Amino acid sequence: MTLPQLQELKEIEDKAKTELAAVSDEETLEFWRITYLGRRSRLNLILRGLASLPLEERRQVGAAANRLRSELEELLSQRQAQLREAAVTAVVEGGHLDVTLPGRPLTIGRLHPVTQVLRDILDAFVSMGFQVFEGPEVEWDYYNFEAVRIPKDHPARDMWDTLWVDYVRNEEYPMLLRTHTSPMQIRVMEQMQPPVRIVSPGKCYRHEATDPTHEWMHTQVEGLAVDENISMADLKGTLYEFARRLFGRERRVRFRCDYFPFVEPGADMSIDCPLCDGQGCRACNNSGWIEILGAGMVHPEVLANVGYDAERYTGFAFGLGVERVAMLRHGIEDIRLFYANDLRFLEQF
Amino acid sequence: MRVPLKWLQEYVDINLPPGELGRRLTMAGTEVNTILTAGRDWEKISVAEVVDVAPHPNADRLRLATVDLGGEQMTVVCGAPNVAAGQKVAFARVGAELIDGHTSEPTILKAARIRGVESAGMVCSEKELGLSDYHEGILVLPEDAPVGVPLGQYLGDTILDLDITPNRPDCLSVLGVAREVAALSGVSVREPPVDYQELGRPIKERLSVEIADRDLCPRYCAALIEGVQIGPSPPWMQERLLAADVRPISNVVDVTNYVMLEVGQPLHAFDFSLISGRKIIVRRARPGEVLVTLDGTERPLNRDMLVIADAKEAVAVAGLMGGAASEVTENTTAILLESANFNPANIRRTSTGLKLRTDASARFEKGLSPELAMVGIRRAARLMVELATGRAAEGIIDVYPGKRRETRITVTQERLRRVLGLQLPTLQVRQTLISLGFGCRWVPPDRYVVRVPYWRTDVRIPDDVAEELARIIGYDELPITSLGGAIPPAQPQPSRELREGVRDILATAGMQEVITYSLTNLDSLAKVLPPEELSQHPPLRVANPMSHQQEYLRTTLRASLLETLASNLRHRQGRIALFEVARVYLPRPEELPQEVESLAGVVTGDRPDRWGQPRGEPVDLYDVKAYLVFLFGRLGLAVSYHDGEDFALVPGRTAEVRLDGQRVGLVGQVHPRVAAAFDIEQDVYLFEVNLETLVPQVGKPRIYQPLSRFPAVEEDIAIVVDEGVTAAQVQAIIEAFPLVQRAALFDVYTGPPVAAGKKSLAYSVAYQSLDHTLSDAEVNRERRGILDRLSREVGAVLRG
Repeated sequence: MTLPQLQELKEIEDKAKTELAAVSDEETLEFWRITYLGRRSRLNLILRGLASLPLEERRQVGAAANRLRSELEELLSQRQAQLREAAVTAVVEGGHLDVTLPGRPLTIGRLHPVTQVLRDILDAFVSMGFQVFEGPEVEWDYYNFEAVRIPKDHPARDMWDTLWVDYVRNEEYPMLLRTHTSPMQIRVMEQMQPPVRIVSPGKCYRHEATDPTHEWMHTQVEGLAVDENISMADLKGTLYEFARRLFGRERRVRFRCDYFPFVEPGADMSIDCPLCDGQGCRACNNSGWIEILGAGMVHPEVLANVGYDAERYTGFAFGLGVERVAMLRHGIEDIRLFYANDLRFLEQF
Repeated sequence: MRVPLKWLQEYVDINLPPGELGRRLTMAGTEVNTILTAGRDWEKISVAEVVDVAPHPNADRLRLATVDLGGEQMTVVCGAPNVAAGQKVAFARVGAELIDGHTSEPTILKAARIRGVESAGMVCSEKELGLSDYHEGILVLPEDAPVGVPLGQYLGDTILDLDITPNRPDCLSVLGVAREVAALSGVSVREPPVDYQELGRPIKERLSVEIADRDLCPRYCAALIEGVQIGPSPPWMQERLLAADVRPISNVVDVTNYVMLEVGQPLHAFDFSLISGRKIIVRRARPGEVLVTLDGTERPLNRDMLVIADAKEAVAVAGLMGGAASEVTENTTAILLESANFNPANIRRTSTGLKLRTDASARFEKGLSPELAMVGIRRAARLMVELATGRAAEGIIDVYPGKRRETRITVTQERLRRVLGLQLPTLQVRQTLISLGFGCRWVPPDRYVVRVPYWRTDVRIPDDVAEELARIIGYDELPITSLGGAIPPAQPQPSRELREGVRDILATAGMQEVITYSLTNLDSLAKVLPPEELSQHPPLRVANPMSHQQEYLRTTLRASLLETLASNLRHRQGRIALFEVARVYLPRPEELPQEVESLAGVVTGDRPDRWGQPRGEPVDLYDVKAYLVFLFGRLGLAVSYHDGEDFALVPGRTAEVRLDGQRVGLVGQVHPRVAAAFDIEQDVYLFEVNLETLVPQVGKPRIYQPLSRFPAVEEDIAIVVDEGVTAAQVQAIIEAFPLVQRAALFDVYTGPPVAAGKKSLAYSVAYQSLDHTLSDAEVNRERRGILDRLSREVGAVLRG
């Protein structure tokens, strides 16, 4: 004779298995779980009713019910695993995307290439302990020329064709658009005592016809370091490190004698032409070298002009053109592109 | 400065190939721009003699020249006015590579029929040979030029084209360059001979010289050479002059040019018979004095200019150019030779004043040594005696008020070490300086006394001596060290930090940075600024603008940005968002202008669709405002927006941006009239921010808001208000309630069923407390409070 509970367990088992076979998604499976394994399921009612059964029946029904519960739980987890697997397969095999379609557009902004290169230049010096100082673009003749040893009627004024502001004092134009950032040497030293270690970026202006290598507005970076024990060797070390950071560790660097009225000894620094690797090409005038900055030891008279003790202090100064560096770095052949601001150009950087 | 190597070799042995020589000169400060090889492209060109010149049968201006090429004769058509029988010329055969005289482009000579006459060759000009730009006539070679010899073999030379820095006028001479070469290659210099026989009567009996303005003329030397025969200078001299890019004229004039190129001293030759009163006076020009110079130009002079005068009148502008009236001509027999020294600054002022630059003024303005004047005059007198069969008067008149002591510089070993970063051995210091013509005495225990040679007017202080040593030894030989010592304390740079921060934020937001010119013009400014603004605060003008397009220092960035936008719209559709951070220049009386860091942006075009294409939906005020909201949000500045007005913007579509009640910027739609003035036909929006006004407000650290552990209650509130009520007013009221953690506007609606003149605003409001879970009663009380206040203050009604 079969106990009615065992009969019922058999029915539950058959029905549960039949229904489970038809389950095809997680939601139905959860419903199945609640129906057959939940708190209010028939199986659970049987298990909860075990306590009221006689010992022998309890033993038989209990064993069968627990076995069924284990079996259903096992089937449930198998089915869950199958469904997850099927879901993964559905994604994987669910359809082929054309990966060559364009991405949805982001609105991309960019900094002007001169800003980008200028920042790299400044970063290189800042990491060597230089601080950034800025000053006026409209300057007095005194700062731009006189104080850096370029008096009126000095032939070196030919090196800087000047745009003068239409303001007359004592029958002369005392105000101008600075032709270089060197007046910042004076302004900085007037404001602080050694040790000085600064870089000063900014716009400069020349009265100059434009062509692929000349632009009347350009950006320069001035550098100045003054202290008790600074020599040409420090100048070389600092600028050498700068050149290699900006143009790559493999670049060769060359210093040669050059003349600027506000330094003595004067120098300029070239790197081996990155376009032809120093073999000689049109960009480097077949010399293999490209001049990137002018430099030198600050002239003792310049130090004296700001009241420094020129016996005690020495220093070096340098100036470089940002556009020129950008041209070298990006292979740009026409400097006028920078300030034409054609988006087709700007968006390349 | 062009230095032919054949000439250079006269003063120094060259033991290096030209490339290496050029490299050493460049490294030592005399930059070799190019090394020219004259003759390289002269294939099929040879020296020929013109044996006959006949008229062209069909053309008045053309002639038929028959040339002898050494056994072979050819007849060609020649258009040059100066062709004559007996001349030695450069003759090009068909196939020669030449420079086209008209187009200046390289070309291959072809046979041609010119006005009916066959012409298979050409007599060449300097320009056609690539020697110079001269194309007014053919190149006439020296008489002894060997007929039939290839031109390259005859004229060819290696020429160093040097860039001489302004501090080295001594290197504006072949001898000066020879001194550099000698020091750089360890050989010695041969000075050119300056002695000659003085067979004439003493010059003192024939001429007097007076320097009236001694401040402007430290030295004046004069020599007299009589019985000269004016004619061409010898071929060797002509060749050298040609190679140095100077055209031969006559023996006397060529000698003055030759000596200037050779030793660096400018000279002038007067026809002595045309000097009145046998007197030379060096004086300032008289008011209203006028001189016709050698170039035929009438030069009005003034008191600041120095002239050379005879008893009657000015005969030369000192140091620049001689007068036409006393010019040496083919009839001249007596030469008054001048070799002087003039004040450099005065020469430069005069040169600028007369807009006249000459080879002489280019040298004088850089400061030549007065000592050089005597070297130059002796050398020139010798050559005139030799080449123009002249008879030199006894003696040289030498008025020398500006005689200076030789420059001696005491240089300590310590100074050299401090400047160069290197302790140089005493022997090396002495050898190096001596190789350059310096004297050097070691004074134990620690210093040198350096005697500077007269031609080195640029060496004055110990650091100049340091440079001499470094450049000859080689900058590459100096050690490389890192900066030592203390790093100076940091100083705050708030303005710069703000500006760079603004750049980053706007680029992050999707705007493109541009950098435009600082100079603009009144027309552009007048398009964007009201007339009274321009007349009351006129921008600074440049006295010598390059063009009227770039004449005024801008007082606003607007015009440049709109111009940049317009030029890009020609090839670009879709949204464009540009910004610039730059200075504007506000004039101040008697002071440098105030340079104000400013920001401006322009936005136009359609919003992009999924493909980045314009989707036919133009941007509006709120697209451009978004950039400012993002900017000020990132800067941590709580700005407010108010109705604003501006000349260039549409009324009612313009907002003023305020920070603590102060106006800091502006945003709005560019007035269509203004846009049209820049040829922009679509809607454009613009913003402007004065960054200086923000500086004191930024850089403060943000204070953190604690996060609540308790749940928020969220609900929507929609109200109806008069259209005049602003969203900002409503927002401020709601946010004032302490339990309101966030209130976000999510809809603005006008139209039925909302009554006319009214609008509906819908907010999503979140209530939350930091210290407990809010009860329904608390939330209800807060909501009632909000609605009561909205009703009281802005007449709001809860939308049903």
